Amino acid sequence: MKSEILAWNIRRDVLDMVHKAHASHIGSAFSIADIVAVLYSYFADINQLKTGDKERTRIILSKGHAGAAIYAALAEIGIMDRSELQTYGTDGSKLSCHVSHNGVKGVEISTGSLGQGVGMAAGIALAGKKAGLNYKTFVIAGDGECNEGSVWEMVLFARQQKLNRLTMIIDRNGLQALGKTEEILDMLDLESKFKSFGWNARTVNGHDHAALKEALQDADEDKPTCIIANTVKGKGVSFMENNNLWHYRDPQGEDYANAVNELERQRP
Amino acid sequence: MRNAFVNTLCKLAAEDKKIFLLVGDMGFGVFDKFRKDNADRFINAGIAEQNMAAVAAGLALEGNVVFAYSIANFTSLRCIEQIRNCIAYHKANVKIVGVGSGVSYGSLGITHHSTEDLSVMRTVPNMKIFSPADAYESAAVTEAAYKIDTPCYIRLGRGREPLIHQHEIKNYTIGKAIKISDGTDCAIFSTGAISYDALKATTALNAQGISTALFTFPTVKPMDIQVVEEYARKCKMIVSVEENNTIGGFGSAVAEIISSLKGEKAFLKRIAINDEFTGVVGSHDYLKNVYKISAEHIVRAVEKEFE
Repeated sequence: MKSEILAWNIRRDVLDMVHKAHASHIGSAFSIADIVAVLYSYFADINQLKTGDKERTRIILSKGHAGAAIYAALAEIGIMDRSELQTYGTDGSKLSCHVSHNGVKGVEISTGSLGQGVGMAAGIALAGKKAGLNYKTFVIAGDGECNEGSVWEMVLFARQQKLNRLTMIIDRNGLQALGKTEEILDMLDLESKFKSFGWNARTVNGHDHAALKEALQDADEDKPTCIIANTVKGKGVSFMENNNLWHYRDPQGEDYANAVNELERQRP
Repeated sequence: MRNAFVNTLCKLAAEDKKIFLLVGDMGFGVFDKFRKDNADRFINAGIAEQNMAAVAAGLALEGNVVFAYSIANFTSLRCIEQIRNCIAYHKANVKIVGVGSGVSYGSLGITHHSTEDLSVMRTVPNMKIFSPADAYESAAVTEAAYKIDTPCYIRLGRGREPLIHQHEIKNYTIGKAIKISDGTDCAIFSTGAISYDALKATTALNAQGISTALFTFPTVKPMDIQVVEEYARKCKMIVSVEENNTIGGFGSAVAEIISSLKGEKAFLKRIAINDEFTGVVGSHDYLKNVYKISAEHIVRAVEKEFE
């Protein structure tokens, strides 16, 4: 599937999932929809994902609260049953709002408490390196998540172990739970931080598919790579964009109808 | 018992190339042989235990057996949420190994006394807990933990503990207590290195005519329910002995079993650290007295009930 179509489908699915479940974090899922779509469209062999092949690309979401985007992607590419998506966040469902692997095909690991998925991703990348396998590990983290000290423990470790097949993508939307990242714990210049930690790093527009596709091919022979993806939280629905209310609120009534209309007008 | 763990691990790693050892920049000189024989499978993760726990989980989920080693507090409490989420929830094949449990790092001070780890780790689902009493138990539980593919916590002493057993323990069954001596008045259940104090107390009590049984519990989770129930029915008094806070640890595990028993049953005395931090340091033996968990205190607690 073309990544632009997948990204739109993800947003359209997520809107209905969050609406139905009265869930939260729609802004975060919209923020990473393009990154997720580009990864599944161009960097993973769907058949290998389906069979759990040991050489499959590992796509890991460390900012687990945006899990709806991963579930939607897995349904769109045919790994998860579409009917299962409808259960998201409801009684008895395996699809917890923070992404879970437990009984969910296609999800590598469960996350939700920030700064932990990145370390597991490093362990997964290390296992591949030690076993002489060629798979790549992509891990999506948030810029707010980078407040966590454990992220920086991983950053040191991945460089030390020369995890050159590990790519971390930072969803740099500039917002975290209570406001602007720069007003809470300012992450300042993430690209130069990563470079000074010995990583290969660059910054791209996280909604520009061609730019993401090109940047995600970045690799260094003995360094891990970090792509800082500048994004807009809530991207795709004008009244959700850059508005932290949509870290929490679920779209109902007029809001839901307006969001559907806006997305339908963007249908690729 | 630390060396017994290391030697057993070296033996296992020679056979199984999926074994990795992660250390949190700890164990000076201890792992020289492992490093020499398995350079590619020894990873010093640095002084970064949260990451070490998460990396261990990721590495294990790819089919490896990962031992993650540091001082008991650092490898348990320091990264407890990574243990819960990354290791336990994923049922990752990680063996968390904590050295220097209890107050064995006596003079190093409170930060290095591991006296809540048993309590905290017990509450984590999917986690099995081993607390060997001596080198033989240490080797036995290391092998037993290796044989299963689920998360384990192995709580070791500092090293050079006196032996409780006369010979090695072959094919230890997880969850089984080991009978050291039998008795009918009182049964002492002990776990970890403090078991040597329990042994001394048992000998003294039997000499006084109080028929005292002694069991060591190399596994704290799951507990040997059968032994606890049997002796709670048979004896007047049960004593649990551990080098850990009295809240939530081994004694609590014994209490949970006894409290569910209907009808006539023994009274339980828990010998454990009484929910406090001491303000002094000293040798291991000195601190066991300060915390009132030494052989002498065990004897006194039992004597009182049989006067």
